[in-house]
Amino acid sequence: MDFLNAIIALLNFVVVPAVAYGSQLALGALGVTLIYGILRFSNFAHGDTMAFGAMITVLFTWLFQSWGISLGPLPTALLALPIGILGCMALLLATDRVVYRFYREQKAKPVILVIVSLGVTFILNGLVRFIIGPDDQRFADGERFIVSARTFKELTGLREGLAIKTTQGITVITAVVVVALLFWFLNRTRTGKSMRAYSDNEDLALLSGINPERVVMITWLIVAGLATIAGVLYGLDKSFKPFTYFQLLLPIFASAIVGGLGNPIGAIAGGFVIAFSEVTVTYAWKKVLTYLMPEGLEPDGLVQLLSTDYKLAVSFLILLIVLLFKPTGLFKGKAV
Amino acid sequence: MKKLLLASTAAALVASGAFAGGHAKEVKLGVQFGFTGPIESLTGPMAAGAEMAMAEVTESGKLLDAAKVTAIRADTGCIDNGLSTSNAERLIAEGINGLIGGDCSGVTGAILQNVAIPNGMVMISPSATSPGLSTVEDNDLFFRTAPSDAREGQVMAEILQERGVQSIALTYTNNDYGKGLADAIQSNFEAVGGEVTIVAAHEDGKADYSAEMGALASAGGDLLVVAGYLDQGGLGIINAALDTGAFDTFGLPGGMIGDSLPANVGSALDGSYGQIAGSGGEGIEKLKEMAGDAFDATSPYTPESYDAAALFMLAMQAANSTDPADYGKHILDVANAPGEKIYPGELGKALDILREGGEVDYVGASAVELIGPGESAGTYRMIEVQNGENVTIGFK
Repeated sequence: MDFLNAIIALLNFVVVPAVAYGSQLALGALGVTLIYGILRFSNFAHGDTMAFGAMITVLFTWLFQSWGISLGPLPTALLALPIGILGCMALLLATDRVVYRFYREQKAKPVILVIVSLGVTFILNGLVRFIIGPDDQRFADGERFIVSARTFKELTGLREGLAIKTTQGITVITAVVVVALLFWFLNRTRTGKSMRAYSDNEDLALLSGINPERVVMITWLIVAGLATIAGVLYGLDKSFKPFTYFQLLLPIFASAIVGGLGNPIGAIAGGFVIAFSEVTVTYAWKKVLTYLMPEGLEPDGLVQLLSTDYKLAVSFLILLIVLLFKPTGLFKGKAV
Repeated sequence: MKKLLLASTAAALVASGAFAGGHAKEVKLGVQFGFTGPIESLTGPMAAGAEMAMAEVTESGKLLDAAKVTAIRADTGCIDNGLSTSNAERLIAEGINGLIGGDCSGVTGAILQNVAIPNGMVMISPSATSPGLSTVEDNDLFFRTAPSDAREGQVMAEILQERGVQSIALTYTNNDYGKGLADAIQSNFEAVGGEVTIVAAHEDGKADYSAEMGALASAGGDLLVVAGYLDQGGLGIINAALDTGAFDTFGLPGGMIGDSLPANVGSALDGSYGQIAGSGGEGIEKLKEMAGDAFDATSPYTPESYDAAALFMLAMQAANSTDPADYGKHILDVANAPGEKIYPGELGKALDILREGGEVDYVGASAVELIGPGESAGTYRMIEVQNGENVTIGFK
């Protein structure tokens, strides 16, 4: 019984939140890594692109809610998601047309594009705040829990509860579906193959008749989809606040780099590595050990390796270690 | 009819005051709050409260030689030290006799150090609560009608003890306010025999609070005290705690009290409790009546602002001078016993008593009682969340 309690406590406070957070990071990191792989620059505007897509979804969710449309136990936001993706696609194509294309034609160095994307970040940041305001917005509805801690305790009679939120379930399932679709697209379709070819060697791809503008456009479209899905899932699970999306940029880049920039599998692995390291290294093991240790040997202290103040430092330490030993990331990405 | 009568009486008073004031001197009080910035929604009623006290005194025509009291507003931006300092210097140049402000603790310290002390100007802040301001070397120029956060820690510890709480987990927003308050809560709660299982900081605006929640849940405790901001990390922590079932009751200090928190969290917050600086009783009721629909007299720190302005004018009367060097010494005298108790709306009576050499004990709207280095002893409103609303259940 005690052993079960220990497992459940660990699941509830470490595994479930980390898996959901990891999926959100992985989806964000996929977008970053695609842009890096194909357009060859680090897109700092990604966090605010997520915020923009999520914002449109939030606005339409409110509209649907006011019409009385709902998805029953599922959040209405899923219904508004395609519209959000379309809005985000329009935004990204417009920024590409107005901003990035100019620098691409100049064959500008990646570092210039990075700074340009930083400028785009601040403009998007302002735009989102201007439209929806800087405050927390609530748009989640439907059933809140798949299993709540209280029902779990009543069902099993254990002392520890296990809570799985609907949004956590949706996050993980959506992430799996999206990733599967993306890989199928990149590996099986003609357009996907031309994108990979363009990513591997731009000149050879041009020689074999691949239209670069088309590849760039499709990349932005896919990135818009990924960013909006990641942004909405994150907003559903936590809350929608423009500023936190800007903050999210740091762990997302850490994930993409740990996994290997430009490598989609790496982005997913990186997302989970960062999420698990943030939660586990700073976890206080007192509760779990109290269940596991024989009576009288329970720990008095918290048995915490590091205070939670250092959780961000932990993910960057892992980033440093990985880059020292594998400069291209865990999965072979492009050299940074 | 009643309103019309009141209005015409007031008009007559103003007219006669203006007549008498034709050759009387003018008293200028600076009102320096963050009219822009993070607490801009609070500063409107605060300034209105201070100005109402000045209008009341001007109308009575009893301050010194029927002096007319005027307010000069200036901005602090709440977090902008440069702006605050230059605006305070401008106020000095305009010849103020006293400075009501600043509002947020950081800028208040900056104005005090850079402007008030060099110029020998007296400041009364209605809302700076940092414990650091209690020990600052202020040449007896700084007072506040708001209590220090150190006092809030004491009040919170008492409330927890009364409710039979044995152990708490404590998390705070990682800045001066959060850290100071958390230290105060921890030391006071331990002093009354409680156990603090963990003290963990949280950053505002972070992406994810699972790690913090894991540590807090593992440490356990009867309830979780969240010394943070209600529209920032504090909300994220509470949501994470409820989602994982780690805690179901929360202790909510002042920064977490506001209508948006129960609205955002929902019914799960019912039964959580806390406290915020504020008082009940006769004083605040009178102020509410006087303010009418003009402004919200119960808005945070608005009664304190009225009281700050009143203290200036009473001290000037007691010293028979508008020179900060003269009247500064009298602020503690008029604020505390002995003397006749003075409530809002009775400033004219207080001025009469002081002119005749009597003593007053200014109670005002926020039950003013200045202790130690000239700060409010502090009355707190005890709040409990019931049916999704913050309900005042008593005062301490």
